[in-house]
Amino acid sequence: MTVDGSGARVARRAGSAGAGGALELLDGPVTDTTLRRYLEGIPGVDAVGLEQRAAGLATRSLKTSSKAMALDRVIELIDLTTLEGADTPGRVRSLVAKAITPDPSDPTCPRVAAVCVYGDLAAVAVDALGPFHAPRARAAGTSGIAVAAVATAFPSGRASLAVKLADVADAVAAGADEIDMVIDRGAFLSGRYEQVFEEIRAVKEACRRPDGEDAHLKVILEVGELVTYDNARRASWLAVLAGADFIKTSTGKVASNATLPMTLLMLEVVRDWHRLTGEQVGVKPAGGIRTSKDAIRNLVTVAETAGEEWLRPSLFRIGASSLLNDVLLQRQKARTGHYSGADYVTID
Amino acid sequence: MTRLAVPKTYKLYIGGKFPRSESGRTYEITGAGGDFLANAAQASRKDARDAVVAARSALKGWSAATAYNRGQVLYRIAELLEGRRAQFVDELVRSEGLTERRAAAVIDTAIDRWVWFAGWADKFAQVLGNGNPVAGPYFNLSVPEPTGVVAVIAPQAGEGHSLTGFVSAVAPALVSGNTVVVVASRSAPLSAISLSEVLATSDVPPGVVNVLTGSPAEIAPWLASHADVNAIDLVGAGALDWVQLQIDAAETLKRVLQPEDGPGAPAPTLARISAFTETKTVWHTKGLL
Amino acid sequence: MSFLDYAPAPESRAILSLRPSYGLFVDGEFVDGNGPAFTTISPATEEGLTEIATADDADVDRAVAAARKAYDRVWSKLSGSDRGKYLFRIARLVQERARELAVAETLNNGKPIKESRDVDIPLVAAWFFYYAGWADKLDHAGLGPDPRPLGVAGQIIPWNFPLLMLAWKIAPALASGNTVVLKPAETTPLTALLFAEILQQADLPPGVVNIVTGPGATGQALVRHPDVDKIAFTGSTAVGREIARATAGTRKRLTLELGGKAANIVFDDAPIDQAIEGVVNGIFYNQGHVCCAGSRLLVQENVHDDVVERLKQRLTTLRLGDPLDKNTDIGAVNSAEQLERIRELTAAGEEEGATRWSPPCVLPDAGFWFAPTIFTGVQTSSRIAREEIFGPVLSILTFRTPQEAIAKANNTPYGLSAGIWSDKGSRVLAVADELRAGVVWTNTFNRFDPASPFGGYKESGYGREGGKQGLSAYLAPAGGIR
Repeated sequence: MTVDGSGARVARRAGSAGAGGALELLDGPVTDTTLRRYLEGIPGVDAVGLEQRAAGLATRSLKTSSKAMALDRVIELIDLTTLEGADTPGRVRSLVAKAITPDPSDPTCPRVAAVCVYGDLAAVAVDALGPFHAPRARAAGTSGIAVAAVATAFPSGRASLAVKLADVADAVAAGADEIDMVIDRGAFLSGRYEQVFEEIRAVKEACRRPDGEDAHLKVILEVGELVTYDNARRASWLAVLAGADFIKTSTGKVASNATLPMTLLMLEVVRDWHRLTGEQVGVKPAGGIRTSKDAIRNLVTVAETAGEEWLRPSLFRIGASSLLNDVLLQRQKARTGHYSGADYVTID
Repeated sequence: MTRLAVPKTYKLYIGGKFPRSESGRTYEITGAGGDFLANAAQASRKDARDAVVAARSALKGWSAATAYNRGQVLYRIAELLEGRRAQFVDELVRSEGLTERRAAAVIDTAIDRWVWFAGWADKFAQVLGNGNPVAGPYFNLSVPEPTGVVAVIAPQAGEGHSLTGFVSAVAPALVSGNTVVVVASRSAPLSAISLSEVLATSDVPPGVVNVLTGSPAEIAPWLASHADVNAIDLVGAGALDWVQLQIDAAETLKRVLQPEDGPGAPAPTLARISAFTETKTVWHTKGLL
Repeated sequence: MSFLDYAPAPESRAILSLRPSYGLFVDGEFVDGNGPAFTTISPATEEGLTEIATADDADVDRAVAAARKAYDRVWSKLSGSDRGKYLFRIARLVQERARELAVAETLNNGKPIKESRDVDIPLVAAWFFYYAGWADKLDHAGLGPDPRPLGVAGQIIPWNFPLLMLAWKIAPALASGNTVVLKPAETTPLTALLFAEILQQADLPPGVVNIVTGPGATGQALVRHPDVDKIAFTGSTAVGREIARATAGTRKRLTLELGGKAANIVFDDAPIDQAIEGVVNGIFYNQGHVCCAGSRLLVQENVHDDVVERLKQRLTTLRLGDPLDKNTDIGAVNSAEQLERIRELTAAGEEEGATRWSPPCVLPDAGFWFAPTIFTGVQTSSRIAREEIFGPVLSILTFRTPQEAIAKANNTPYGLSAGIWSDKGSRVLAVADELRAGVVWTNTFNRFDPASPFGGYKESGYGREGGKQGLSAYLAPAGGIR
C-alpha cells in the first residue's frame, strides 16, 4: 500500500458535500427538529455487546511478520502530539525532529503522519519541518508530515463562534494542514443539534485556503463528556453529516478518552456512511493509547470493521505522544532479538 | 307418599361442556355394596383427543392470567364446595361406602386442599424462582412456568381417593397455569363429575380442567402417546401397565410422575407444583452507557 | 501482504504431554478396558493423538461397583464442608492447568483455542467453584431440610463442550453427595482423562468419580445398569428418547439436556451492530456445535435486507483454520460423521429452494471442515428450519409482527433457548414471556454461568443444570422423592 502521509489530501469531498448529503438524508432543511428526528432514529447501541465485540477484537494476536507490519503502520498513522500549556517553540521543534527521525538508530523507521500542536505554534512546526512539511514534500514527489492544529477554543470549546473561527483562521493562515476542532458539547447535550451542525460547517468554511489546498477538518466529539455510546453515535453522525473529514474521539484532556469500544463505534458509523454515500470519512482515536498493544488493537479494529483500506493516514490516525517510543522499543526488539530500554529511544 | 327421585345423568366434562361420550358408551357405577348408582359415560380415545384440544386452547388464557387471579379462581372452588358439602358427602357415602362422618372428613380435606393450593398461586414462583448472580453485566432471572397440557390418571383406590385424591392431583397442576385432562376414578367417578359441575359454575375457564370417566386402561395409552400432551401424572396408574405408559410418554419427552399408592396419595406438596413447571431463565444486558 | 493476513499465531502444544495410551479411570486408578482400544484424533488434521480404552459391560459394572462402594463407605459419610473442599481443590487445579486443558480440548474437539481458553476452561473452574460452595448448604437448595443424595449417578456427555459438560455433570453431583460414573463422548475423551489426573492430584477418594470411555454401547451399559440411581444425559433428542424409554419403570431419576432449534429474533429497533454480533456468535460459536445455537434467525421483514447485508459483510471477517491458532474463529467440525450430516442437511436446504451463501473461505485439505453458511428464503416447512443441523449453518426467516415472531419461534418440538434483539424493554420482556424456551437471551446470546439454570422445554429435555435448580437433579427431599 502506498502511504499517503499528506493531511492535505485526506478526503476529497468538497466542503459542502456532506451538508448536501445531509439535506438529502434529513429530507428537509437542517434544523434541531430534522436533526433530532434523524439522529434519534438511528438504532441504539447496546453497551454490553459493543464492549464485548471490542474485547473480542482485542484478542487478535499479531505475531512475527504481521506484528512488524503493524508496528510500522502504527508509526505511519500517528499524529505526534504536544498540547501542553507549557509548550514552547523549542518543545515543538524537538517534537518535529522526533517526527522526522523517530529512531536515529534505524533509517528504515517510517515517519509519523503529522504533528499536532496548538494553533499559535503551527507556524513553528511548519518552519521546523522545512522540506518535510507535507505540501513541500508532495511537490518534491514524496510524502511528508502534516501539521495539525487544534482550534476552536480547544479543549473546552467555550468561546463565541467568532472567536472559534478566528482561532481556526489563524491556524490555517499559519500553515496548518489539518484543523482539529472540538464540538460544543453543551449544545449537543442540550439538544441544540443545529448549532453544532452549523458550527462544524462554519469551521469547515474557515478551513478554506485561497490556493484550494484546504485544511482538513477533524471533528473532536469529546466522547468522555458525551458519556453514552448513543450520544457518541449520534454526535458521530452529526459531524459526518456536517462535513467532517475525520471524526475524533477526544481532546485527551478529560478522564475518559479513546477507548476501543468508542473507536469501534465510530468506525461503524463511517463504515455505514460509506455504504450509504460511497464517501469515506476518517477516524482518529486520541488520548490514552500509550502502548503498541493498544495501538495494534486499534488497527485490527479498523481492518475488521471499516476495512483494510481505512488503514492509511487519510482515513485513520492515532493521536498520541508516548505511544511512539513504545512502538520504537518493540521495533528494536524485533530487529535485534532482545529487549530494548528507555535510554535507547529519544525523548522528544 | 314418598316423592319419586330424579336420578342424575353423569357425563364427561370437556371444554366447559358436559357431553356424553362420542362413542355412546356408558358403564354401570355401583355402590360399595354392589348396588346400582348410575350410568357413567365411558370415554373413548376420541373423547380424550377432544379433551386435549380443549385443554390446549384454554392454556394460553389460563397461563397468562395473573397469579393473583388464578389464586382467586382456585379459592372460589373451595367456596362453592363448602356450599355443596352435603351432596359430596352423600356421593362419597354411596360410591366409596364411607360413613357420613368419614365422608365429611374427606370433603373437608378436599376443600382445604383447594385453599392451600390457591394460596400458592402467587407464591410458588417466588420460592422456586430466583435472580441469579452471574459473572457479567446481566440481569438474570429464573422463573417457573407451566409445562402445558398435563394428563392425569387420578387415584383409583383408597379412602377418599375419588375426591381428595382427585383434587390433590389436579390442583397443583393448575396452580402454575397448566391445563389438565384427568381420568377420574373408574369405580367411583361421581365426585369427579359433581366437582366438574362446581368447576363449570365457578370462575375456572372452560377447558382448564377436563374430566374423563371410563376405563383408565383404555384411555391412558392415548394420552401417554398424544404429542400435544406435555406431561403425564401417573399417580393413579399403579394397577395399569404404567411402565408401558412411561415408555409411550418418552416419544415426545413428556414429563412423567410415577404411580403412588397408599392412603392419602398424593400428598399436597410444593414438589407437585414444581413437577409440572419449566424453569425459564431470561438474560438481559445491563449497560449504563 | 494484506494486513488481514495475520501471520500464524499458534498456541504451543508443548504444555501438553500425552501418554501413548489411557485406560479407564476406575476406583482412583487407570485400568485397562476389556474392549478394543481405539485412537482418538484431532478432527482438524485427522492426526492420532493417543490410544483410548473401551469399556465393555463388565468394565461399566466394575466402575458402578466402585462408585457404589465409595458412596456407601466414604462419600455419603463425609461432611458437606469436606465435599466442598474437594471441589474447591478441583476448581483450583483446573485453573492451574487451564492452558494445558485448553490445548487438549482444542486438539481433540477442533474448537478454536480462543474459545477453549477464554470460555470452556474458565467456566469449568467456575462450575466447580460454584457448586463447591453449595456442598455444605444443601438445606437451602429448596428441597427442605436434610435433602439426601440419590446414590450413584451415571452421566453421559456430548462432544461439543467435552470438559465443560463434564463439569456441569460432576460438580453438582458431588456437591450433593452422589458418586459418579461418567462416560465422555466417543470422539472427545481426552480432557476427561486429564481431569482424572486432576482428581488424583486432588486426592479425591477412589471411586467417587469413575470415567469409562468407549462408544454408545458403553453408555447404554451405564443406562441399563441396575445399580445406578440417576442418569444425566446431554446429547441428541433421539438418544435422549431412547434413554427415557430404557429408564421407564425404574427408580432411576433422569435429567435430559437435548437438542434445540433456537430462534434468534431481530426486531427493527434492535441495536443493529450488536445484533449482528449476537447472530454470528449465536450460530458460528463452536462451529454451531451448540445445542442452544441460534440456528433460526427470525428477522423483521422491513430490516431483512440490511441485516443480511451486514451479516455477510461480517462473515467475511471470520477466520477459519487451525484451531490452535489464536486468531481462528471457526475451527474444525468434530467428526466425519457430523460433517456428513451437515452436508446432507445443507444440500436439502438447497433442494428445497433456499438460497445458500458462504464467504470466500479456503478449507484445509485434511480434517473435517465446513464453511460458515447462511440460507435466505427459508420457509418454516424447510428441513433446515426444523431439524437441528448442529453445524455452522444459519437459516434466515422473516416475520412482520411480534405475534408472528413468537408463533414462528415456538413452532418447533424443541424448546431450549431463544434470543431477542430490540431496544424496547417492554416488548422484550413480553416476548420473553411468550417464548417456550428454557433460556432466553435478550440483546445477548450464548452466555453461560454456573449460577444460571440451563435446560429445555418440550423435546429439548427436562431438568436444569446450573444454579440452585441444578442441585435438585441430584437430591431428594428427606422424606423421599416426593
